[in-house]
Amino acid sequence: MELNGKKVIYADNAATTSVSPAVLDAMLPFYKEFYGNPSSLYSVGNAAKKPLEDARAVVAKCLGALPNEIYFTSGGSESDNWAIKGAAHKMLKQGKNHIITTKFEHHAVLHTCAALEKEGFTVTYLDVHENGIVVPEELEAAITEKTALVTVMYANNEIGTIQPISEIGAICKKHGVLFHTDAVQAVGNVHINVKEQNIDMLFLSGHKLHAPKGVGALYIRRGLVLPNLIDGGAQERSRRAGTENVAGIVGLAKAMEIAHETMDEKNLKLRRMQDKLITEILKIDRSRLNGDREKRLPGNISFCFEGIEGESLLLMLDMKGVCASSGSACTSGSLDPSHVLLAIGLRHEVAHGSLRLSFSDVNEESDVDYIIEVLPQIVERLRAMSPLWDAIIHGKEIN
Amino acid sequence: MAYSEKVMEHFANPRNVGEMEDPSGVGEVGNSKCGDIMRMYIKVEGDVITDVKFMTFGCGAAIATSSMATELVKGKTIKEALTLTNKAVMEALDGLPAVKVHCSVLAEQAIKAAVSDYYTRQGIDPVSIVGVLEECEDCHDVEEE
Repeated sequence: MELNGKKVIYADNAATTSVSPAVLDAMLPFYKEFYGNPSSLYSVGNAAKKPLEDARAVVAKCLGALPNEIYFTSGGSESDNWAIKGAAHKMLKQGKNHIITTKFEHHAVLHTCAALEKEGFTVTYLDVHENGIVVPEELEAAITEKTALVTVMYANNEIGTIQPISEIGAICKKHGVLFHTDAVQAVGNVHINVKEQNIDMLFLSGHKLHAPKGVGALYIRRGLVLPNLIDGGAQERSRRAGTENVAGIVGLAKAMEIAHETMDEKNLKLRRMQDKLITEILKIDRSRLNGDREKRLPGNISFCFEGIEGESLLLMLDMKGVCASSGSACTSGSLDPSHVLLAIGLRHEVAHGSLRLSFSDVNEESDVDYIIEVLPQIVERLRAMSPLWDAIIHGKEIN
Repeated sequence: MAYSEKVMEHFANPRNVGEMEDPSGVGEVGNSKCGDIMRMYIKVEGDVITDVKFMTFGCGAAIATSSMATELVKGKTIKEALTLTNKAVMEALDGLPAVKVHCSVLAEQAIKAAVSDYYTRQGIDPVSIVGVLEECEDCHDVEEE
């Protein structure tokens, strides 16, 4: 990719992705020709109705769901707010006021749980241990007769670890507890089947898989009726009113279709790139890979480098044309480094030196080669001016 | 959040970076838990700071403010160096994002800490000249967790 005539390697696909040309092509007719309201009777509007329902069928098929179990939304945060708050309020009527989640969920889930705590719900935050994976037995032990809902992410956004979703689904089914999962990072990268995995609610976001921003979906198992999110017209079975984002929805379905058709081949390539990058970068002294080496998304890699700070690392990578992200405090706008890195037991000073590189099928193997070339030099340069590194290598007392 | 061109220029090409042999004074402020540590070395001849070096662990603003602070005190008298404020460092860098103001405070304190150490080495109590260096309030909060 080029930006202002400079070569740019985009390695932040877990943050967002480019809209793929095929997705854009699928969307354009719904801006140019079939721009009518799908609820209208005349042909310009009606012509959008079938593609909308076709899109629902495609999304459902990719998840192993039924079309009428798919609700289109504006994206991840809206979806999980609807699912978690809706399910919690519904179950409260049956006297259940306890929620189980993990310490390293996305803030869209954690802050939703915190809002429910203010209302009087009790929330258990499960440990994710050094490898960044929930232990199903610990989850089962946390279930009480008051437990309304379990919400565990499918795969973590910062460190890429994949959770034992099938095991958790079986446990929730056994105990009659609702199971909700944040599949924003997982969809398009792992094979999901909501029926086989006993998932009651699952949400996804278009812009993580080469569809546009502002469109997502929530799967709600048939028979589970949540309170309406938006009252109004009859769109989305009257549960989420508002004229549909037809072009966005068509784009989302196209992106999911492509991702599912190409997933196995793409993952082979991404795994190769991941293995090479991890092997080469861990040759750097006092570097570490965050999260389990095997049970991780093929495109997500998170490192920490002792003695340096993540924002400086990102700025220097940017000067070399590499776009990446970090869980350091300085990039989060707070003083604490990422809650995810702290949840896997990293000390503050180590978590400050984190780097996440995330790839998708638009990346080339040469991108990894370039990063392997420039990253060690940058780490060395920052360490050369770091009093913390000086203290670490000379065994001095650190503040 | 975006840095000024001047901040990026000092970050990309930091002045006076590195260790110093036989410094007249060394000051270190910040802590690793917060993600910022600045260490300043000064060489004093007569009452003039003839050389300054820094080492910093921290974000882009931490490195740029360290670099700018060394430029602003090099060749100055100790008395002049002690009048350096974080505001002056920020202005010289064409401003800092609000969340990064504390980096300029650290840079001011690092200079003062180095001067304090110089006086201490001379057998002079620095408190009456430099004053008491206060802990960064934000860092204090983190430590109390």
